Amino acid sequence: MSKVSEELIVNTDTTENITKVKAATIWLDGCSGCHMSFLDMDERLVELLEKIDLVYSPLVDYKDFPEMVDVTLVEGAVSSHEDLAKIKKVRAHTKILVSLGDCAITANVPSMRNPFGVEAIMKHAYIDTAVTKDIIPNEVVPELFEYSRPVHNFVKVDLFLQGCPPPADAIYFLLTELLAGRTPDLTKVSRLGK
Amino acid sequence: MVTPGKKVKTFTIDGKDVSGTEDQTVIEVCRENNIEIPTLCHLEGLSEVGACRLCLIEIKGSNKLLPACVTHVREGLEVITASERLKKYRVKLLELFFSERNHICSVCVSNGICELQNLAQKLGMTHVHYPYLFPKVDVDASHERFVLDNNRCILCTRCVRVCDEIEGAHTWDIMGRGIESRTITDLNKPWGESDSCTSCGKCVAVCPTGALVEKYKNAVDKSFKYKKDKLKFLPYLTTMREVKNEQS
Repeated sequence: MSKVSEELIVNTDTTENITKVKAATIWLDGCSGCHMSFLDMDERLVELLEKIDLVYSPLVDYKDFPEMVDVTLVEGAVSSHEDLAKIKKVRAHTKILVSLGDCAITANVPSMRNPFGVEAIMKHAYIDTAVTKDIIPNEVVPELFEYSRPVHNFVKVDLFLQGCPPPADAIYFLLTELLAGRTPDLTKVSRLGK
Repeated sequence: MVTPGKKVKTFTIDGKDVSGTEDQTVIEVCRENNIEIPTLCHLEGLSEVGACRLCLIEIKGSNKLLPACVTHVREGLEVITASERLKKYRVKLLELFFSERNHICSVCVSNGICELQNLAQKLGMTHVHYPYLFPKVDVDASHERFVLDNNRCILCTRCVRVCDEIEGAHTWDIMGRGIESRTITDLNKPWGESDSCTSCGKCVAVCPTGALVEKYKNAVDKSFKYKKDKLKFLPYLTTMREVKNEQS
């Protein structure tokens, strides 16, 4: 694990030409609560942005994932081919991938559909409880996998920050520790369901 | 607690000299000496079953891992409670508990006061390596005051034992085998229709997770002293057990 943050140090050039650490966040099958918690770092975001470039995120306007990013925080479970394609691309272009929050780590609330099966859940959502058109959508929205699963079931994840959502303080701790070149012990600052 | 008339055995736990009577288990001596061993099925005042395996210990000279709650003390034992190997196995056990049923902490009424959740944090479980099974498991809300949610059950059998040994009703049992095992009331009747249940709530008080809960109460709502009486409940269990032992 110590190797994880060493990689980051290499990129934190302390000479005159300061290279900012490239960070990204991505939102898969989750409620965006983890991103809200990220924003809850409030004024500390300004401090962080002196050292970090947020190069890709639902919070910024870049459309394509960059060639290589130092740290990517991923919110949400993998529930469809679209999620899987996204996370595979992110993994290929990220040095340190962090599962942010319980959905990414355990599949959490999205997994509550799993025991019932896709067909039953679609019927319930789009037909039994429909108020206007009772049609199960088959285009635009991605087809669901049989199960919503945690991110680490599909790609290698380097760090796990638990919580629903992880507290802003815990996200700040994660980022500042990584910036300092340390691998943080994240079970000390959060837990499942926090 | 030293029982009169029993032989005293001296041995070591993690290199520390300790003593206990021959009828004591390693876990009892550990607790007396403030040596921490994680447990889920063990509860002072109830009989031991060795179901959760979290209290596994190493004994020098043996390559077997033994559950401290059912291992009696012997003269000259050299007990190791926290080797790297044991720590690794304990986290794996927790991961297996989480993967076997649907433990969704964020929406669980016991979020924050759950012994499984707390141990996962304490023992440093970062994530579950095993594939989740996502079984379809029933919830029994037929009882007037309580709910049985088998999604959260870890089969520790505290409820079975407290109902049988303390309340004397023996409403609870385990049905099925392996991962098909389910906690049931009477002969798998809905809890609300149980003839033997006295609605005393002891099972709810001892449940380590959110499998047995009181209706309309949750850990987030501070106005309820939800399940916080568990610690007060322990001396009661111990006293009742002592009374029962004296009578028999």
